[in-house]
Amino acid sequence: MTTQQPPAAVEPRPAPPPARRDRRSWTGWGFLGPFVAVFALVFLAPIAYSIYLSLFRDQLIGGNTFVGLDNYTQALQDDRFWDSLARVSLFLVVQVPIMLGIALLIALALDSGRLYGTDFFRITIFLPYAVPAVVATLMWGFMYGTRYGLVGDINDAFGVTLPEPLSPDLVLASIGNIVTWEFVGYNMLIFYSALRVIPHSLYEAAEIDGAGQFRVITAIKLPAIRGALVIATIFSIIGSFQLFNEPNILRQLARNAITTDYTPNFYTYSLSFNGQQQNYSATVAIIMGLITMVIAYIVQLRGMRKGA
Amino acid sequence: MSTPVTTASESIPAQTAGAGKGASRLRTPRRNTPGRPKRSVLLTVLTGLMLLYTVVPLIWLVISATKTQEGLADSGGLWFADDFALWDNIRDTFTYNDGVFVRWLLNTVLYVVLGAGGATFLAILGGYALAKFNFPGKRAVFAVVIGAVAVPGTALAVPTFLMFSKMGLTDTPWAVIIPSLVSPFGLYLMWVFATEAIPTELLEAARMDGASEARTFFQVSLPLLAPGIVTVLLFTTVATWNNYFLPLIMLKDSDWYPLTLGLSVWNSQAETIGGDVIFNLVITGSLLTIVPLIAAFLLLQKYWQSGLAAGSVKE
Repeated sequence: MTTQQPPAAVEPRPAPPPARRDRRSWTGWGFLGPFVAVFALVFLAPIAYSIYLSLFRDQLIGGNTFVGLDNYTQALQDDRFWDSLARVSLFLVVQVPIMLGIALLIALALDSGRLYGTDFFRITIFLPYAVPAVVATLMWGFMYGTRYGLVGDINDAFGVTLPEPLSPDLVLASIGNIVTWEFVGYNMLIFYSALRVIPHSLYEAAEIDGAGQFRVITAIKLPAIRGALVIATIFSIIGSFQLFNEPNILRQLARNAITTDYTPNFYTYSLSFNGQQQNYSATVAIIMGLITMVIAYIVQLRGMRKGA
Repeated sequence: MSTPVTTASESIPAQTAGAGKGASRLRTPRRNTPGRPKRSVLLTVLTGLMLLYTVVPLIWLVISATKTQEGLADSGGLWFADDFALWDNIRDTFTYNDGVFVRWLLNTVLYVVLGAGGATFLAILGGYALAKFNFPGKRAVFAVVIGAVAVPGTALAVPTFLMFSKMGLTDTPWAVIIPSLVSPFGLYLMWVFATEAIPTELLEAARMDGASEARTFFQVSLPLLAPGIVTVLLFTTVATWNNYFLPLIMLKDSDWYPLTLGLSVWNSQAETIGGDVIFNLVITGSLLTIVPLIAAFLLLQKYWQSGLAAGSVKE
């Protein structure tokens, strides 16, 4: 639960003198209380409840019985779970670097001041963020079509036969393209915002030292936005492991290519809502949550250490 | 903590101060490389390719929304068909199946007003408390909330569903609204904002004058937080408007569906036997779904870009 430590340095003002703090000690709770109450209801209680669920099992004989860690042992030997995890891991390793790489290149291009129409580029490339995953997937799903979609148009126009984007071999890449389209602009904006606050004086110093553009990027810009890079990476990892909406919608068009255990999240969803195996589903969800947090934590440690 | 973290943290005051004055640093063209860099046609063209990738699907959507069901099949995707059916499509989208689209639209608005509005309000109150008060358990609360961001939201979905089902909340609007009320990112953003935008001396002065805490908050603090509020409201609105997973598991009765879920149902009609194929309405409905948000982002650029800048330098 401590993958993201609060940045202590952010708090700019010293704590008020003790006398005043004593006088008002509980007033803050009056303001924070409502948030904490709802937070406890929709975050903490479900976590506690799913841990509880994961320790039980509905059995034909004896009903709901305590089974200790049996569900966990079962999940760790479950090929369907490992296959789905392998799939999102592959997705993570390929899609996230491509998306963040493109986002970074655009952010650097915008920040260089060498583009015509910087503002227009920035806002337009960001726009897909406002498009719901459902609409993005429906749109791309139509365009992927080899008969009526854009892929079909290209085939007709050039007399070629492009591989089907929704075939089992390519569908993961097609999902990757949709996710990239949705989030490249958002990540670009995060990088760009971080680049904008780099102190001017650093660039002047670099010029005096005779550093070229490339050197400025590697020696000043990238180190300065490391925090933003780490955050974007962590959010992308969480997003990849949670992949659900895009495969869920795309399945309407590609039933054979996308199974109901396509991603870990899809698997837990199917277990709960089609298979009525809530206890097992909760177990798989907890394992995925733990894996996500561990990887996010490692990325944060590594990302921050490099700067030291 | 390593050097870049400190650098990033120190830069927050400058960012938020600029936002507080309503002046967006992002929009001011700044030459950050010494001398004046020459504009590059090559670089513009390369970035233009990325722009093309971004807008082609949107252009496809707009053009396709002008086509009839037959036109969609017969004509190329990136040019208009012979019939211009946009207005017919819009009318049909709103009237199909006794105007169920309007119902979904109103549901979505309801979820956004109560869910995103409530989330923003709770984040403002909480962020203000974290920024301007000292109280027992403050650090613990903050650590837990920030840590919770890393918990996959969907890992919570199943237990939340089971809990809500025991409480009799599933298949009611509350099942969608209540989980939308918590935005850890919003809380964080409001905390950073309140720290910078509200001078503690001002609060002291208000208290000296005998104003109650509630009055101080509403009359002194709230107006100063306006740019931060717009940012948080916009991002919680996107999250709620675009939400799919939560309503999917919580709602069975299509009368309570939001737009996202409704569009998905319309789309899947095509594969059910005897189902009415209405891709033209799916496409027009999709366009109608994204127009309000895109308009909001374009109109409120000045606010959210500076707000996002404040948030992006966290950690």
